[in-house]
Amino acid sequence: MTGIAQATPTTRALVTGGIPRRQAVPREGRTWWIHLVLGVGGFIMAFPFLWQIIMSLSTQAEVQSVPPTFWPAHLQWSSYVEVFERLPFLQQLQTSVWMTVVQTCAQIVLCTFAGYAFARMRFRGRALLLALVLSILLVPSQVYLLSQYQIVQSLGWLNTLMGIVAPGLFSAFGTFLMRTAFLNLPAELEEAARIDGANPFQVFTRVMLPLVHPSISVLAITTILWSWNLLLWPLVVSTQAEAMPLAAGLATLSSDRTTDYPVLMAASLMAMAPVLIMFILLQRRVIDGLAASGLKG
Amino acid sequence: MAVDAHVRDAVAGGSAGRPVRTRSGEPGRGARSLRADGAWPWLFAGPLLIGVAIFYLWPIVQTFWFSFTTWGVFGGAVFSGLTNYAALLSDPQLYQALLNTLIYTLIVLLGVPIAVWLASLLNTPGLRLAQFYRALFFLPYVAMPAAIALVWRIIFNGDFGVLNWFLSLFGISGPYWISTPGFALVAVSIVGLWSSVGFSMIILGAGLKDIPSELYEAARVDGASRWRQFRSITVPLLTPSIFFVLIITTIGSFQLFDLLYAILGSSNPVLPKTMSLVFYFYSTGFIQNDKGLAAAIAMVIFVIIGLITLVQFRAQRRWAQS
Repeated sequence: MTGIAQATPTTRALVTGGIPRRQAVPREGRTWWIHLVLGVGGFIMAFPFLWQIIMSLSTQAEVQSVPPTFWPAHLQWSSYVEVFERLPFLQQLQTSVWMTVVQTCAQIVLCTFAGYAFARMRFRGRALLLALVLSILLVPSQVYLLSQYQIVQSLGWLNTLMGIVAPGLFSAFGTFLMRTAFLNLPAELEEAARIDGANPFQVFTRVMLPLVHPSISVLAITTILWSWNLLLWPLVVSTQAEAMPLAAGLATLSSDRTTDYPVLMAASLMAMAPVLIMFILLQRRVIDGLAASGLKG
Repeated sequence: MAVDAHVRDAVAGGSAGRPVRTRSGEPGRGARSLRADGAWPWLFAGPLLIGVAIFYLWPIVQTFWFSFTTWGVFGGAVFSGLTNYAALLSDPQLYQALLNTLIYTLIVLLGVPIAVWLASLLNTPGLRLAQFYRALFFLPYVAMPAAIALVWRIIFNGDFGVLNWFLSLFGISGPYWISTPGFALVAVSIVGLWSSVGFSMIILGAGLKDIPSELYEAARVDGASRWRQFRSITVPLLTPSIFFVLIITTIGSFQLFDLLYAILGSSNPVLPKTMSLVFYFYSTGFIQNDKGLAAAIAMVIFVIIGLITLVQFRAQRRWAQS
C-alpha cells in the first residue's frame, strides 16, 4: 500500500512529463480532509454513547437544564446503585444472560450437527428437508410469531425463561452457515478417517469439527448479538417486568414518563455493556462475522 | 456469497496450520459410495429438524390458516373466509402504517450513498486510524436498540434535548420531536439511519477491496480528480455491492419495530400516525388481541418482503451471468 503511494509521484512525472503541476491531484499525504470527514462522522456515531455516560453521572436537574450541562458539577455514581434498587435490573440481567447463553450453545450444537448431516451425509428426503429449513430464511419473523405464541401459551410457558428461549434454540440461518462451512472442506479428509474405521460421530468430532471453528465463531457472535438485543418475542411472551430480559425491560420502562433520567441512562449503559465490551475486544472478528453473515432477522 | 468467501478463507487458514491424518498409501476414492448413512443423519439433523418443524414450519402454516379465521373473546378460531383481509384492506391504519414504513425506509436508504462515500474515503491507501473509524461507525449497529433509544429520547426532547439546543445556535427553534406526529417519524428514521450506516459501510468496504488499485493508478495518471475517479470507477464497479446493501437495508427497514417502540413508547398518542407495519401487527395481535387480523397483516408483510427478495434474486442472477 505505502509502496504504491510513494511510487505515485515519480510514476506520474515519468508518464506526463512536466505538465501535471497544474492539475489538482490530491497526494496521498494530504489526507487531513478525509480525517475531518471521518472524524466528524465518527463523533456523530459516538455522541449518543458519550452523552449517555455523561448523563448517567449527572443529576436529574443537570440532565434537564437549558442550555445542556456538558459536564456535571459532581460525578454522581449513585445512579448506578439505584438501578439495582429501583428497577428489576438484576432479574432481567439474569434472564438476558441465560437466554443468550442457552440459545447460543443450543444453536452451535444443533446447527453444527444438522449442517454436517446436510453437507456430508446421505439420507432420504435430504433435498426436500434442506429446502424446507432454508425456506424459513425468506419468511419475516412476524409470520410465525402468532403461532409460536399459541404454542408457548398452550405449554404454560408464558412469563418463563423456557418460553423466551424456546424458538431461538433452533436456527435455519445457523444450519445454512454450518452446512456451507462443511461443504467447503475437501471430501478426502473424512474418506480417510472412515476407511480407518471411525464411525460418523468420530469423524465429525475428531476430523471435521476442528476445521470449522471459524464458522462456529461467526455463528456464536451473531447469535450472542441477536439474542442479547432481541425485543419483540420476549415482549410478547412476558408481561411481568421480572420475567423480561433487559431489552424488553428497558423498552417497556420508556413508556413510563416519570422516570429518573440518570438512572435510566445508567441502566441502559449497563444493559449494552456486555455486547459493547465483546465488540471492543473482538472488533475485527465481530465486524467480519456480521458482514459475512449478511443479515439475520 | 459473502458467507462462502469467508468460510473458504477460514478453511484455508485452518487446514494449513493443522495437519490432518490421511493415509498416503490409500487409493483415493473419486466418487463417494452411494450407500445411505443409515440412522446417523437422523441422529445428527433430527433435533434441529424437530425444533424447526414445531417452532417455524408449523407456525407458518398455522398463521396462514389464522388469517382466514375469526377469534372469539375466549379464544377458539372459527373459519371466516376473507373477512380479515376485507377488514384489513378497508382499515385506514394499514395504509398509514404502509406509508410510515415507506417514509422510514426512504430516509434510512439515504444512508447508503453516505456509506458509499465513507467507505471510499476509508479505502484510501495507507490511511491511518482506518480500523478505529471502522469500529466507531459500526458501534451503533451492535448497540441494543431498546437501550440506545432511551438516550435518543433525551437527545430529541423538545424542552431540554441537546439537538434542539444545537439547532437553536443556528436560530432554529426545534419541534417537540417525540410528540409531534410528522417529526416523531423523522426522529425514529434519523436513529435508524444512524444505526445502519456503519454496517452498509463495512459491506461496501469489502466490495471496494475487490476493485483493482491499478484502475485508480491509471486514472490518476490521466489526471482524473478524486471525484471523477469516484464517479467513473468506484460507483460502477461497486454496483452489485450497492444493490445488495440497498436490498438488505430495505428489508431491515420494512421490519421496523424495536426503535419505534423504544423511542416513542407503547402509549404515545402519536402512534396511530407514526406506527410501522410491524408495530401495527404487534398492536393488533397482542394489544387488541385480534389474532385473525394480525395474521392477515403478517401475510401482507410476507408478500412485501417476498417481492423485494424476488427483485434481489432476479438482479443477482443477471450479475452472475454478465
